[in-house]
Amino acid sequence: MGEARTLPPQAGPEALDLEVLYRDSNVAAALEALDRELIGLEPVKTRVREIAALLLVEKLRRSVGLQARPPSLHMSFTGNPGTGKTTVAQRMAAILLALGYSRKGHLIAVTRDDLVGQYIGHTAPKTKEVLKRAMGGVLFIDEAYYLYRPENERDYGQEAIEILLQVMENQREDLVVILAGYKNRMERFFGSNPGLASRIAHHIDFPDYSPGELYAISELMLAGMQYRLSADAAVALREYIALRKAQPHFANARSIRNALDRARLRQAKRLFERRGAPLTREALMTIEAGDLRASRVFAAAAQGEEDKP
Amino acid sequence: MRLTQGTFSFLPDLTDAQIRAQIEYCLAHGWAISVEYTDDPHPRNTYWEMYGMPMFDLKDAAGVMAELEACRKSFPGQYVKVNAFDATPGWESLRLSFIVNRPRNEPGFGLLREEGAGRTQRYTVRAYAAERPEGERYT
Repeated sequence: MGEARTLPPQAGPEALDLEVLYRDSNVAAALEALDRELIGLEPVKTRVREIAALLLVEKLRRSVGLQARPPSLHMSFTGNPGTGKTTVAQRMAAILLALGYSRKGHLIAVTRDDLVGQYIGHTAPKTKEVLKRAMGGVLFIDEAYYLYRPENERDYGQEAIEILLQVMENQREDLVVILAGYKNRMERFFGSNPGLASRIAHHIDFPDYSPGELYAISELMLAGMQYRLSADAAVALREYIALRKAQPHFANARSIRNALDRARLRQAKRLFERRGAPLTREALMTIEAGDLRASRVFAAAAQGEEDKP
Repeated sequence: MRLTQGTFSFLPDLTDAQIRAQIEYCLAHGWAISVEYTDDPHPRNTYWEMYGMPMFDLKDAAGVMAELEACRKSFPGQYVKVNAFDATPGWESLRLSFIVNRPRNEPGFGLLREEGAGRTQRYTVRAYAAERPEGERYT
């Protein structure tokens, strides 16, 4: 390894092997799982791999007595709903655990309600309790921008932010804070809380999924639930994704999961209505085109076509 | 005279690393940890003042250690103990309780004799420190 040659002499003669360290830690498995189970998200994966590489090198440096302050690991995840922020946060916790930067590797997901109290003196104990629960793991604050409400100057959110800041700075080795939310609102939030923005080292942006990626995701979800699509249903699903993506309130993978849940519902109904007829294992597993085509999305699209002059 | 109350009280004082290890043991068993303090030690005084709420659902000892440090800072010359409560059915009681902070000097206990009816005599113990008002006992 190249590092071995550039080490100061007091580090000892033995060569250091990054490869061995990488294989010995479970981080390889965690990163592979990230690659395998998350579709798309290339910029995110690249960033996660970079962070993992940094931590691995840092670990090696420490093992030979090279001084460095523990790296700041607080992160911000921005992106539209359903782009996998929570899932990646969970994977991040696993990676940090594998690298020894998190002692327990659990993820506590909270929102404003869990941190901010309802009356004076309620916020501090509430926030501290959540922080204590998250110690040794990762604290994931979803829709973090709700913490700060500039329109109400007596809002207790500011108090929660201050406590958070203090812990993020002083107990850096005890917990990692991940703030998540929509991109533009998070930017405004960081703009009005410069103290918070400066303590977050990694800003990761989650891109929207392409239709092809959404289809791959739905296949992965169905495989996880032990369903499969018939050939016609696969075509229908591709059409569905294209139509749904154009409609308002599209929440990426979450919308797809909901669509699949509804298709399961219709499949169950279809099977139930023709009860008495013999059923195969195959039939129980298969989602037909009709189950998907009954969706409101297709009806709305057809309606739209008719409305057009 | 050293106060011996709770687990480990006949051992030398635990270091913070040892306390942390004990707390990790408790958390691994799913027990809820609480921190309590008092300046009125007595064999019968098992209900000390609570420092904050009991801590449920913790995964790591860091949270308890921070709380403990805050308690020591607020009440430097007092007794502080850590309790671990087991909520599983059938137990529903403290599983472990140990002193983690004690005053620098502990004057000990005096034996009081009380004359009763006839020639009966009753005994009780009283901490020498408790003769002074609350808050000024171990300064």
